[in-house]
Amino acid sequence: MIALDAAVTANNFALQVLWFVLIAVLWIGYLVLEGFDYGVAMLVPFLAKDEKERRVMVNTIGPVWDGNEVWLLTAGGATFAAFPAWYATLFSGLYLPLFLVLVGLIVRGVAFEYRAKHPDTKWRTTFDWMACIGSFVVTLVFGVGFANFIIGLPVVAAPGSNHLMMLETPFYFLPLFNGFALLGGVTLVALFVFHGSTFLSLKTKGDLHDRIVAFNKTAGLVAIGLGAVFLLWQQFIHPTGLLGWALLVLAALGLAGAWWFVQAGREGIAFISSSAAVLFVAVGIFATMFPGLGFRASGKGFATDGAAAVAQGLQLTTASSTDATLILMSIVAVVFVPIVLAYTAWTYWVFRKRLGVENMPDEVALAS
Amino acid sequence: MSAETLARWQFGITTVYHFLFVPITIALSLLVAVMQTIWYRSGEEKMLRLTKFFGKLLLINFAMGVVTGIVQEFQFGMNWSEYSRFVGDIFGAPLAMEALIAFFLESVFLGIWIFGWDRLPKKLHLASIWLAAIGTMISAVFILAANSWMQHPTGAIYNDVTGRAETSGLGGILEVISNPVTLVTIPHVLATAYMTAGGLMLGIAGWHLVRNAKAAETSEKAAADQDAWRWATRFGAWVLIVSGLATFVTGDLQGKIMTDVQPMKMAAAEALWTTEQPASFSIFTIGSLDGSTEIFAIKVPYVLSFLATGNFNAKVLGINDLVAEAKNGNIAGATTALQTNDAVKASVKAANDLEGFPGWVPNLPVTYWSFRIMMGLGFLAFAIGAWVLFATRKGATPKGGKLWDAAMIASPLAPLFGISFGWIFTEMGRQPFIVFGVLPTMSANSPGVTAAEVGLTMVLYTVVYGVLAVVEVGLLLHFIKLGLPEVTEPQVLTDDDAPLSFAY
Ligand code: HDD
Ligand code: HEM
Ligand code: HEM
Repeated sequence: MIALDAAVTANNFALQVLWFVLIAVLWIGYLVLEGFDYGVAMLVPFLAKDEKERRVMVNTIGPVWDGNEVWLLTAGGATFAAFPAWYATLFSGLYLPLFLVLVGLIVRGVAFEYRAKHPDTKWRTTFDWMACIGSFVVTLVFGVGFANFIIGLPVVAAPGSNHLMMLETPFYFLPLFNGFALLGGVTLVALFVFHGSTFLSLKTKGDLHDRIVAFNKTAGLVAIGLGAVFLLWQQFIHPTGLLGWALLVLAALGLAGAWWFVQAGREGIAFISSSAAVLFVAVGIFATMFPGLGFRASGKGFATDGAAAVAQGLQLTTASSTDATLILMSIVAVVFVPIVLAYTAWTYWVFRKRLGVENMPDEVALAS
Repeated sequence: MSAETLARWQFGITTVYHFLFVPITIALSLLVAVMQTIWYRSGEEKMLRLTKFFGKLLLINFAMGVVTGIVQEFQFGMNWSEYSRFVGDIFGAPLAMEALIAFFLESVFLGIWIFGWDRLPKKLHLASIWLAAIGTMISAVFILAANSWMQHPTGAIYNDVTGRAETSGLGGILEVISNPVTLVTIPHVLATAYMTAGGLMLGIAGWHLVRNAKAAETSEKAAADQDAWRWATRFGAWVLIVSGLATFVTGDLQGKIMTDVQPMKMAAAEALWTTEQPASFSIFTIGSLDGSTEIFAIKVPYVLSFLATGNFNAKVLGINDLVAEAKNGNIAGATTALQTNDAVKASVKAANDLEGFPGWVPNLPVTYWSFRIMMGLGFLAFAIGAWVLFATRKGATPKGGKLWDAAMIASPLAPLFGISFGWIFTEMGRQPFIVFGVLPTMSANSPGVTAAEVGLTMVLYTVVYGVLAVVEVGLLLHFIKLGLPEVTEPQVLTDDDAPLSFAY
């Protein structure tokens, strides 16, 4: 096999950037949408006083959580299709963290569907806790993961290959939990709890609603505090110039706005603000991942086959698929993303009403 | 065990498990849509009750399909990173499109269907289950196109510079879509899904039908139930029979295409060591599976020739000849541009000398028996369908008894496990390649992932999946025993404080 000595393939750079942006968009869709349903699930065991209130909370996300999760699956699929080498290195490199994510997703997924299938309180409490813990683990791991992408994970060429990258050492697990990464994990949890409680303030009524608003006041302050430390630290670890600072300010405004508007009773705008905050944080992180995709050449191990691309670590330009594939995928995206957005928006509209304890039927699982 | 072996086991376990739920979701969602449509048109209460009853079973099953499917999506990169890098340019696209086009459709509209009974007008609500059902079918089409590409990699070239398979432009994309393996696999897999869902309806309804018969003579309520169970029994039986026939026809086509593109798999399915003309089909063989002589065999002359080619006198290649050719670097059936590339052929030939290379022959006991069990279970299910149609003809009520009960239990399980064995045959028969004739499985796993990691996660998956299986089967049995629900005509709620008709 001929060694890869050209760093850049003959690919169209604009297409590659487009797909990097589209993958970021899919992640943002996931973080904004599933972010609030993780938050809600984490809060169920804590904010609800009784079974009916728990059900109110679960039902605010009932019709939509599965659709929200598909954003993650699509982001994964799109990474595979558009940047196979990125998908290969990322998913194999973060083997154990991703396993935790999968278990978390499995546990919370069945919990929603099965909690209603049996009227026993113990059965339901068990599933509520499963949903809570599952959502917490997934959020925490993603927070830790993204913080590591900001730092850049060290890669080397796989033994005997000029093409495949892997993390510097096998079993790369403990180094993932450095101080900055742990802060990232905790911050994302706080952010989603706040985002979730903002969503709940919009979707509930009655006594439960008032308690949620009171809780939101504290949750907002925690999220703002942790977010500020994290984002400032990020600017020093991986500065992205003016853009970075602009995004930081916008994210801060989003959080502060959400906090203010919930207390002012303007919950619709509050939810838009907290969504915007999640979006700006995500854009900031993806900006640090350009063009190294969250990885950096480790400086170890690859000296044997001095190929230029290998020495650069993983790169947007070398990790991508061919133009033909990217063009095909672009056409599919142009047609279907708007359709998906349209019917997703429609679902939220269909289920726009606030829920309260009076809306909960006595007999659960009567209908299907 | 090596990381690669463990990764294979892990993939096998998790995929077979995922595929226990998938066929039921694919086919039952459409059957529920059909029942709801009949209700929408006729207003018959029986049909609404059946819709809700089978709808609930569908949802219990769907939840498991979803959570186990997420594992599949991630596994390619986690366990098979070199594979992912090598094929991503062409194999990734169907997966991405599956998520964007199919998964969104099915999960969003199923959500609407579950919670929308009192939120949407009847017609829109009906449309939502149809859209969800169509989504599951689209999802099957994409994933099967991806799998078929692994069996017969059309539309791709090998790029020396990037060291991977790449789409050969627009023509390549068309070739992937018109891959003959894809075209026969989709109808075969869909047909087997309908066998399973039809079998499930038949089994449950037939079980209740004989138990409810006495009560139906005296109680009006039980008589109404009886009417519904009878309808569902016969409907399920018809679905089973018709899709059974479709399965056999498409399976026959599969065999012919397979002989073309993977003669070794056909030889392995038959444990056929020496080339035969005409070839006979083995129903039962002892002793020859790992050696190369047979001790005892029951054979039907000419049948294998026909199954493989459509001609009773045709030659069918045997394992010994195929292996001799493979050692020279000629993989029989490997005719696509990717498979015939010189660099690819050279690396395939070199695989022979790699340490730990498993040889050119798939695991014969597994391929031989899984192929037979697949067909046998299918014929069994078909026979049950025919029997039940006969036993319930002209309003007759079967007497029941042990044999009847056994048949009701077997009716969903036989096709379900038939499918598992069919897949095990297909995937094991492709060995030692992960992309047939191109990339050996042993060089496709993730180099950075240790055996300890794969082993640990495999054990944990198995534990989690085991616990979930107990919960899900328990729930299914619970709701099956409860029988048909009482229903009230769904109404769109206008009062904001009224209780919802469905809530978690
Ligand atoms: C209820 C299940 C069931 C039944 C009754 C049958 N099959 Fe099947 N078969 C499958 C379920 C299945 C499957 C699980 O769906 C497979 C696995 C991969 C695929 O494409 O479909 C399959 C694959 C498969 C293949 C392998 C295709 C390949 O690897 O390229 C062949 C040759 C056949 N089938 C042939 C038959 C024949 C001749 C049948 C009976 C007359 C038959 N099948 C009945
Ligand atoms: C698009 C669909 C599918 C793809 C892309 C796929 C891909 C793969 C891959 C990558 C492996 C591991 C490498 C190997 O051992 O060859 C594998 C193995 C396996 N798959 Fe599939 N698979 C698909 C569908 C299925 C389904 C639906 C089933 C069964 C329900 C199945 C059953 C198996 C089994 C049993 C193995 C283990 C075989 C072995 O040990 O070699 N696969 N498949
Ligand atoms: C081995 C490769 C496979 C991958 C990567 C995969 C991926 C997935 C994923 C991610 C989901 C969850 C979707 C959601 O959240 O709504 C899912 C569910 C589903 N998959 Fe698979 N799958 C595989 C095998 C198959 C095969 C071979 C088929 C069809 C023939 C299939 C058909 C489905 C269907 C119909 C669902 C809907 C949910 C359900 O099953 O209840 N999958 N799959």
